[in-house]
Amino acid sequence: MIDFALPRYQVRRDAEECVGCGICVRECANGVHVARSGGTAPKADHQKCVNCLRCVLTCPTRALTITRWPQVDGGSAVWTLEYLQDIATQATSGGVLLSSMGNPLPYPVYWDHLLLNASQVTNPSIDPLREPMETRVFLGGRPVALEIDERARTLRSPLPPQVKLDVPIMFSAMSFGSVSLNTQRALAMAACELGTLFNVGEGGLHRDLERYADHAVVQVASGRFGVDPRYLNAGAMVEIKIGQGAKPGIGGHLPGEKITAEVSRTRMIPEGADAISPAPHHDIYSIEDLRQLVFSLKEATRYEKPVAVKIAAVHNAAAIASGMARAGAEVIVVDGFRGGTGAAPKRIRDNVGVPVELALAAIDQRLRDEGIRSTVSVVASGSIRSSADVVRAIALGADAVSCGSAPLIALGCHQCGDCARGRCNWGIATQRPELIERLDPDEGAERVVNLVRAWTHEIQEMMGGMGINAVDSLRGNRLMLRGVGLTDRELDILGVKHAGE
Amino acid sequence: MGTVSAASAANKQEGAQSCSSGFAPAPAERVTLGALHFKEANEQVRQALDRVDDVALEDVRAQRYLGCALPAGKRLRIHGTPGNDLACFMDGGTVEVLGNAQDQVGNTMNAGEVIVHGRCGDAAGYAMRGGRVFIRDGCGWRAGIHMKAYDARQPVVVVGKDAGSFLGEYMAGGVFVVLGETGDYLARGMHGGVIYLKNPPRAGALSDEVVLSRVDDADLAVLAPLLAEYDRLFAAELGYRVSAEASEFFRVTPASSRPYASMYVR
Ligand code: SF4
Ligand code: SF4
Repeated sequence: MIDFALPRYQVRRDAEECVGCGICVRECANGVHVARSGGTAPKADHQKCVNCLRCVLTCPTRALTITRWPQVDGGSAVWTLEYLQDIATQATSGGVLLSSMGNPLPYPVYWDHLLLNASQVTNPSIDPLREPMETRVFLGGRPVALEIDERARTLRSPLPPQVKLDVPIMFSAMSFGSVSLNTQRALAMAACELGTLFNVGEGGLHRDLERYADHAVVQVASGRFGVDPRYLNAGAMVEIKIGQGAKPGIGGHLPGEKITAEVSRTRMIPEGADAISPAPHHDIYSIEDLRQLVFSLKEATRYEKPVAVKIAAVHNAAAIASGMARAGAEVIVVDGFRGGTGAAPKRIRDNVGVPVELALAAIDQRLRDEGIRSTVSVVASGSIRSSADVVRAIALGADAVSCGSAPLIALGCHQCGDCARGRCNWGIATQRPELIERLDPDEGAERVVNLVRAWTHEIQEMMGGMGINAVDSLRGNRLMLRGVGLTDRELDILGVKHAGE
Repeated sequence: MGTVSAASAANKQEGAQSCSSGFAPAPAERVTLGALHFKEANEQVRQALDRVDDVALEDVRAQRYLGCALPAGKRLRIHGTPGNDLACFMDGGTVEVLGNAQDQVGNTMNAGEVIVHGRCGDAAGYAMRGGRVFIRDGCGWRAGIHMKAYDARQPVVVVGKDAGSFLGEYMAGGVFVVLGETGDYLARGMHGGVIYLKNPPRAGALSDEVVLSRVDDADLAVLAPLLAEYDRLFAAELGYRVSAEASEFFRVTPASSRPYASMYVR
């Protein structure tokens, strides 16, 4: 039988530039570059290339370029080469197609249809370089009203636990197992430096990260990996993971080959066996049951930590969020369908869920309509690509955002989408020691800190331009947004006017 | 869990109210829960446990989370019916119930021991990774779901009578013993650990993800002491013993620790 699989990329080597040093042979863990004897240029096995750019960027003479495989399809917009190849793969193996990173399909990106406002003449703009500009936010539940003893200047009503973020940008959940310890370390160090939170994901808290735990969100997912009283009490916040934007409605399988001794110790599961996160939490079948889990975590942490609940952005996200708030969730995290993942079935990643922009706007509106928006915090994630997206998300109603792909890109990820194979040439989505070594956590942390600092300056500039001097005043301030190229229905859901109005 | 099974709804007070385990000295302090909200109830229990190691709870009326994260050296003796999530995240403590328990006994339990002189509801031992749970009577659905072993830790659940469907779902480690009948969809997605059954599974209950066999000597080394412990705890109130029958048990083990290894392609 002829193998129907075509290479996706072509590795092109400039014969004049290549000095035959062999660096590409060593750098590519996919074994694309094959050395030839006598100091001549290596040969490439195109089929294995995933376009991670490792060889391109480490080649001392810039002799390498990766291009798309030049094969054309039959010209059909329906039976594209990609569908042909997918069918061939499944016909050969009978397997479920696996993919990584976020939904790449050209669905509308609403961020790109939302323009920001700036002050002119009336309501002067503020120069953030001269004037204070508050980027600090607090996450947690809030009482409906505050009772204050005005004489003593003290609070009479008890305030639920809060976490303080110096910047409204957190790092999304990434478990040890799906990413390397050095990745988590870099994010943890960056979070401490920036005064924000990283999220250990559902794979437990590695002992080397315990010293950063006061900046950690500890996650409780259906597999309950690594969850014990010590873990729950170590973090700044506890998050119940119901769903993830990249794979709404399904659980996760971390394949046995990624369950190394260290991963097994941290997850508290056997080494080498598949780590299976069931699709549902089997103690949650309703909003009432969610309440039960929220309060079991509150009991286990003596009501000292905010409890967040994370869902994937799906059709009824607004109604679900309302239920979550009533179930005792203090932070509602909504993850859009473009959010990244270490591994998700391709058909789920590409077809299930909705854009976070719409879900976020709908959730914020619903909670406001019900008069409970002020009792909870809302966090949005799933394709926050720049400081402008952060500003848009906050104006649509988020208290803060979570970023996963962006900090990984800062660490070297080139979005090749091959994380699931565990051979990430950048030392991120891998457990292979020789690859992990490539990611220096100190250097990585510095790059992530640089990125977030730069974004924060930009956020301050944009807020200043609007005449706003605190993130708190931007939250849900949809007058600062105008839509372009959107239908009335879309504008309606987003709660924004069209540009020109 | 409401909708999961009718079994858990039938959580009536039945069975012996006397304690026969005799492992604990007389509790040093008593707390009466009555109609207290769980938050207040648990706070009072914690305060009592801060003062003494052994606490008896009286008139317990379905308060949730009793024994939550209970550390080693602490003991609760519960009179009445504790609510869901009894001994959740328990970390070495001991909880004894003189009555029935509800759903999710030992949820994500780390270490310690739960003894129920009665039956319990659904999802007993959910995600347990250590410690032991002895249920004198039956249990609801989805018991032992996602139990997991790790290092030297081997969680154990022994259920004295019938167990509901989906027993041992996604089980990744540990030992589950059932002395009565089991339901449908037994051990679905099981990829670790072992289930010991006194009676053969219902026809069609097992999928080819698991293997059914008779116990051998290695199994008996694990099973016999558990049955002996069950007898020690409950024989007096039940009027019969089970440990002599260890060699007649069946064993259910996973066919693979990598059930989904070939499910995906890239
Ligand atoms: S997989 Fe990465 S390192 Fe290997 S040839 Fe392709 S781009 Fe270069
Ligand atoms: S983490 Fe690594 S494997 Fe995953 S997309 Fe980025 S570069 Fe590729």
